[in-house]
Amino acid sequence: MIPWLPPMLEDLFLEAAWQTLFMVGAAAGIAVLFGLPLALLLHATAPGGLAPSAAVNRPLGLLVNAVRSTPFIILMVAIVPFTRLVAGTSIGTGAAVVPLALAATAFVARLFENALREVDRGVVEAARAMGATRLQIVAKVLVPEALPGLLAAVTVTLVSLVGYSAMAGAVGGGGLGDLGIRFGYQRFMPEVMATVVLLLILFVQGLQSLGDWLVRRLGRR
Amino acid sequence: MLDQTATALAPAPAAAAPAIRLTGLTRRFPGAPAPALDGVSLEVAAGEVFGVIGRSGAGKSTLIRCANLLERPDAGRVEVLGRDLTAEDEAGLRAARRGIGMVFQHFNLLASRTVAGNIAFPLEVAGVPRAEREARVAELLPLVGLAEKRDAYPARLSGGQKQRVGIARALASRPGVLLCDEATSALDPDTTAEILALLADLRARLRLTVLLITHEMAVVKALCDRVAVLEAGRVIEQGRVFDVFTRPQAATTRRFVAEVIGDEIPPGTLAALPPPGPGEARRLLRVLFAGPHSTRAVVSEASRRFGLDLNIVSGRIDAIGAEPFGILALAAYGAAPAVEAAIAWMRGLGLAVDDLPWAEGGA
Repeated sequence: MIPWLPPMLEDLFLEAAWQTLFMVGAAAGIAVLFGLPLALLLHATAPGGLAPSAAVNRPLGLLVNAVRSTPFIILMVAIVPFTRLVAGTSIGTGAAVVPLALAATAFVARLFENALREVDRGVVEAARAMGATRLQIVAKVLVPEALPGLLAAVTVTLVSLVGYSAMAGAVGGGGLGDLGIRFGYQRFMPEVMATVVLLLILFVQGLQSLGDWLVRRLGRR
Repeated sequence: MLDQTATALAPAPAAAAPAIRLTGLTRRFPGAPAPALDGVSLEVAAGEVFGVIGRSGAGKSTLIRCANLLERPDAGRVEVLGRDLTAEDEAGLRAARRGIGMVFQHFNLLASRTVAGNIAFPLEVAGVPRAEREARVAELLPLVGLAEKRDAYPARLSGGQKQRVGIARALASRPGVLLCDEATSALDPDTTAEILALLADLRARLRLTVLLITHEMAVVKALCDRVAVLEAGRVIEQGRVFDVFTRPQAATTRRFVAEVIGDEIPPGTLAALPPPGPGEARRLLRVLFAGPHSTRAVVSEASRRFGLDLNIVSGRIDAIGAEPFGILALAAYGAAPAVEAAIAWMRGLGLAVDDLPWAEGGA
């Protein structure tokens, strides 16, 4: 499969690639699930929004910023009790998803919020003038109009998650990054390191191209 | 075919009460030195097209946004189709808004929806079933000349086409009144004329009640029955478009009217005229021809009867709606009593004669 590697490493690569894919996929899925409502809430409660409320907006914004400003490696360790509560353990690939999802939720929520802010205020106003409810405005105007921006935000988040997931080795999460550190760096196998880097580059390229293609498809209308 | 469409689209006959009645609207934005609206009252009768004209910053946008409470006035009442919007709760207001169409300067179309999807949007919001929505869209598309563009996205449309979609969307739920917020201000002159023609046509066919705001007197001239001039948040003049055009009172109104009537005296004209002869008076008169005598050869007749030299320094013949009128600026030379007699005679014919100061640009 990979001609320049000893066959025994191939299984390790396969497993690590799966772990990376799982961590990135699961964390991104959770992040979008929680990030979109969070972004809508941030957007709606902002001054001039659909339901302005500083009492909601300020603490929520602060929380998101707090998560975002904590370096991921620290966040991972700092929330170990929470991880244990959610995943039952603080070690392993599954456990690594918890801090990844948390970091990605805060990250994607801000990006989503920016995408929502790009929606023309006039269009929202037109919907109000037609007698649309706030829920209709969210479902029929804000989200569909922001869709290209929302998709671009998911792409950026996926790519960032690939990077974060390389740190998951610190909690026994495995993955390609971990493989690179343990074999490529600690066991002096530069060919392993090179392969890890190559695979990650291909992975990120693939994600980015897919995301761009989707955004372009939507943007063509 | 067209008649059928018109019947199908005509709004329910409105009561004799005004379709829109704004009373004492006042709105001051926080931190602004002056109120955007300062006690504005006006009434739009059912079936009437009412224009509000003003410079930017005069308060027109705030005014029209108050008419469907997109902007809530600090004081005053907004009654539309007999309903006091200021007294409605959220749900009542939403229901009322479904009976008020609005056309926007920047179209405000949903980029994520096709032409048909945009036109159907207000119906969707109102919970109209899909089949009914589609039938209504099919009815509206040819009405605004967009039958071919049904499935196009707004990004592929020209400005004029976008505004046609905006107009169709505003009419989709058969609103009792239509609000036009600078509907042609983002369009080039040709497209503006096209959209004005469309609105005039729709207005005649559907007997629409329209409140529009604009900064262009040409829009008022093309569409409106009555007009109000807004300045610094107050109505400084209002009346029938013909009257306001032919006898503007306020200075601002005169400037607006001059944009489309162009009756100002070209620079240098007065300086080039001869001085009055010995014992002769020299007067500058502005004569408005309107009504039954607008076609009479008044100038040559006055000249013969009173022995005057009448020099035309500027003139314009025009029509508003079907009413023709003419405005002439005359330099009159002759014995002072003869000039006075001529003025009295012209006034006797029902013409409006103003004495203008003999100064450059005094029109």
